[in-house]
Amino acid sequence: MAINWFKYSSPASFYVLAGKMIPLFSIAATILFAVGLYIGFFVAPTDFQQGEAYRIIFIHVPAAWMSMFLYVMMAVWAGIGLAFNTRLSSMMATAIAPTGAMFTFLALWTGAIWGKPMWGTWWVWDARLTSELILLFLYIGFMSLQAAIDDPRRADKAGAVIALVGVVNIPIIYFSVKWWNTLHQGATVSVTSSPKMAATMLTGMLIMSIACWMYAIAVILIRTRTIILERERHTSWVSELKGVSS
Amino acid sequence: MIWASWSDFFDMGGYGFYVWGSYIVSVICIVGEVILVLKRKRTLLKHLSLIHESTKEEKINETTS
Repeated sequence: MAINWFKYSSPASFYVLAGKMIPLFSIAATILFAVGLYIGFFVAPTDFQQGEAYRIIFIHVPAAWMSMFLYVMMAVWAGIGLAFNTRLSSMMATAIAPTGAMFTFLALWTGAIWGKPMWGTWWVWDARLTSELILLFLYIGFMSLQAAIDDPRRADKAGAVIALVGVVNIPIIYFSVKWWNTLHQGATVSVTSSPKMAATMLTGMLIMSIACWMYAIAVILIRTRTIILERERHTSWVSELKGVSS
Repeated sequence: MIWASWSDFFDMGGYGFYVWGSYIVSVICIVGEVILVLKRKRTLLKHLSLIHESTKEEKINETTS
């Protein structure tokens, strides 16, 4: 049986598919956030060095990971849209940007508020913090550039260029704690060595990260559907849609 | 159990301001984003159905006149 792989690259059929997927991801996000926060606040023990202040980690690290992952996802979709001229992938990139910017802001905010009691300062211009701030500016730049161009297809192309050039910042953020002498601590969790934290702390952090993923997918799918409707509003399938024609 | 009482829980070992300052802002951002994205969708659907209604009326007018 031949499978039509391109079926869901058409905005009209993706609209229907995404509509079915949103409830699943929303429910998963809600449950995982509840479990993750429960572990973070009621199961994970007090840190012997940082006391209770370390509990910021359960939102700080997932937010910082998401800020980087989502940027890469955004650049990949924007790049595919630029290379193959596929409308849906560009719409995905546009839909990812606000959520990515939100997580970047949260990573910076929770980092600052964690830095104050631990380092004695809200902010330092060290490599990790500065490169993360540049990430926020890249997201904002991407969104404002797209908002400034009236023709959506041209906005997609211009945005894709910013997104792809900005990818160079991602390895800089990730390796900044190794390459430079920073105030920010090194990676707590890495692929090559065993985690340097208690098992329950790690579990809570990973569950919170998966929760953030589920949340991000749900909210990005809702936004993608809205963008599809905005751009395809003159087509017959939109006018026949339930909620529009009724 | 880690916490002796609720006030102990809210105090967070003296770091209450920092811990809750992080989580409250995070909740505001996440809930706010959900509200904004749903509002945008709802406004658009309403707008589209209004356009749909007006074009339907135009067609009816064209056929009757």
